[in-house]
Amino acid sequence: MFWNLPLFAVVALTVVGLATIVLKKNLIKVFLGITILESAVNLFLISLGYREGGIAPIYTNAPATAMVLPTPQALTLTSIVIGVATSALLLSFAIIIWKRYGSIDIDKIRRLKE
Amino acid sequence: MIPAFIVENSPALMIIVPLVAAFITPFIGRISHGIRSLWVGGAMATTSAVTLLLAFDVYNAGTRLYVFGASAASMALPPDSGGIPIRIIFEVDPMSALMLVITAVSGFAIVLYSLASEKSHSGLESYYTLYLLMITGILGMVSTGDIFNFFVFLEILSLASAGLIAYRIDGGVAVEAALKYFVLSTIGALAILVAIGIYYGEYNALNMAMIATRMQFSLLDQVALVLIIAALAMKCGAVPMHFWTPDAYSMAPSSITALLVVASQASLYGLFRTVFTLYNVTLNAFTVGWLIIILGILSMVVGVTMAIPQKNVKRLMAYHAVSQTGYMLLGVGVGLAVLGNQSLMDAFGYMAMEGGIFHIINHAMYKGLLFLTAGAIFLRIGTYNLNKMGGLGHSMKWTMIFFIIGALAIAGIPPFNGFASKLMIYESVFVFNPIIAIIAMVVSILTLASFVKVFHSIFMGPKLPEYAEVKEAPMPMLVGMGILALVVILFGLFPNIVVESLIAPAAHALVDQGAYIGAVLGGA
Amino acid sequence: MRMSKIVRTGANLLYPFVIIFGLYVIMHGHLTPGGGFQGGAVVATAAALVIVAYSYEEVADIVRKVVMKAQESIGLLLFIGAGIAALIVGGPFFYNFLANSGLLFGMPVPPGPNPGDLNTAGVIPIMNVAVGIEVWGGLAIILLYMLSGLEKEGS
Repeated sequence: MFWNLPLFAVVALTVVGLATIVLKKNLIKVFLGITILESAVNLFLISLGYREGGIAPIYTNAPATAMVLPTPQALTLTSIVIGVATSALLLSFAIIIWKRYGSIDIDKIRRLKE
Repeated sequence: MIPAFIVENSPALMIIVPLVAAFITPFIGRISHGIRSLWVGGAMATTSAVTLLLAFDVYNAGTRLYVFGASAASMALPPDSGGIPIRIIFEVDPMSALMLVITAVSGFAIVLYSLASEKSHSGLESYYTLYLLMITGILGMVSTGDIFNFFVFLEILSLASAGLIAYRIDGGVAVEAALKYFVLSTIGALAILVAIGIYYGEYNALNMAMIATRMQFSLLDQVALVLIIAALAMKCGAVPMHFWTPDAYSMAPSSITALLVVASQASLYGLFRTVFTLYNVTLNAFTVGWLIIILGILSMVVGVTMAIPQKNVKRLMAYHAVSQTGYMLLGVGVGLAVLGNQSLMDAFGYMAMEGGIFHIINHAMYKGLLFLTAGAIFLRIGTYNLNKMGGLGHSMKWTMIFFIIGALAIAGIPPFNGFASKLMIYESVFVFNPIIAIIAMVVSILTLASFVKVFHSIFMGPKLPEYAEVKEAPMPMLVGMGILALVVILFGLFPNIVVESLIAPAAHALVDQGAYIGAVLGGA
Repeated sequence: MRMSKIVRTGANLLYPFVIIFGLYVIMHGHLTPGGGFQGGAVVATAAALVIVAYSYEEVADIVRKVVMKAQESIGLLLFIGAGIAALIVGGPFFYNFLANSGLLFGMPVPPGPNPGDLNTAGVIPIMNVAVGIEVWGGLAIILLYMLSGLEKEGS
């Protein structure tokens, strides 16, 4: 049960992230919810590689035991980089919307109708 | 006559050329506008040439494999790894080759069109950089054989297209549309990443052929299947996740809308690749097939009924794009529903799949043509509102002819290409379940009615006084539209040749999971 | 909007150390945790430190937009150039043709745990440097554009 602790954290973060995206009214808080959801998925990816009693997968001066898997670490790194680019683009959109519409409340930035 | 070096390395060159050209464009743009236009046109022409070369090679010689970072390009299984492919590979089979052909032709026609339509805007080096990045994303997405690589190219595509939708800021409305598209796209991409994590945790493999070999349809695999179908159906605009489509398609510049259509088809390709190659007969083909058929029927009906009262011509065309995506889902869904049963497959299953896949290439061509004509009209008269237009048939004759070709093709009138693919879908779906075929035909009639209304209000009628000096669209735009119209007419006149040489190999390659796995693991 | 004297002095003192640490993380990417993106992000933090401590107008001609854009493009072209060099030598794209070969980064690596040697691993350190340059340019450009967009509004 103890070894499943990261997966409990993943579920908790996912719920918090999705609740923030759906329920909050301020645009910046919605973007923070997206960032929390991304952290949940990154944590899920890293916790897949854990092997019990393993050490970090670095060969420099390493003691002679088993290592955890390095492939999920590469996947998570790529995902973090994509997350940085996503956050930068979303925040730039928020700046432009604030300058042109005057507010960042999602009820008031609905000029595109049916 | 073509060096063997280029043919052998063409999967890598297909990605290198637009990527390098995209990042040199800002430097060339500082010299002058004309040289930048030449540079972008030349880069896109080179990319299209290499892509068509690769597609031609795949249609002649079979599935091509390209391993990045090995000591030889086709060595998928390193000798000291125990028979497991460990590197990122590009596996181009005939279905990928079809999507490559669509991207090459559309990308080149649209870049010719944008040279004229964007000439009066500022910030053009960002436009062309993002455009070439979008082309890289689409080309990578349809050729890759590694599921995490698919996710990376999908994200490249989403980022570039979100930036391009918001390109003309327009008082902020375009940015609002791009924001909606991008938030939904990010959540979908995170869902796909969770599914990739599930596959990696279960099977310790990221290569699509390895996952297909080791696939048992456990509960976790069902969760991953639902996540991937939901995310990719959202990316291609199927109902009930289609709400970003009218906003994003109507606010983007018209050339980008035409390329967004191709990007949606690439997500549809991803959906088919997952369901047919990763899972194939291990899943409950009847249930999943009916799920896709229901998504298709909802898209067709909702798309065309929401399109009829629209006043903005691009929103109307965007709803029709949703409706036509329903046809593709319907055709391939019928093929999936009879997947395990060989006799039913031979009777109507293969024809349904061929109809759906043929509709993919037809839709990219005629929908792109329609959006480009809408953009030409906007360039000359400055509005998209149907109530304000009228009488343009007197001055914009070539645009009117291209619009007629596109409208007749989308309604399924012979001799254009829409008729050929829709006939195949009607015939095969009628054998499967007659009611669905009748729904499809009614939707087609409503499509025709909607486009007759649009044609009448734009082009017919007396010449309005405020549009007295409207001239024809500039020549590069006409050439771009002409390329797409030519493909529409040719595919409509000779559908047998097209189906036999392009579509039937693609349908058979999609269904045949063993050939896909064998190219990586078996003989190579 | 300038920060107070304490913040500015602190930024002046810290800025070279942050850059040195970032370059260390980039160069030793094949031996210790880190690499291209991580090191590039650390170096961009140094640029962010200077931009935040001083007002945008004073920094605008030291950390210039044109130079950072050029840096981003050069980084990417160096990365793809390393891949294309593999094409020219004869293998597929991104083939590691410098490993175990005695050229620039070509010393062979003894198997198993060992004190690592900087002179190993072939094309990988070159790609780390290229990614580091690109990320430095990219993140600095994002910060500069966001700040210049806000400052023009006057708030």
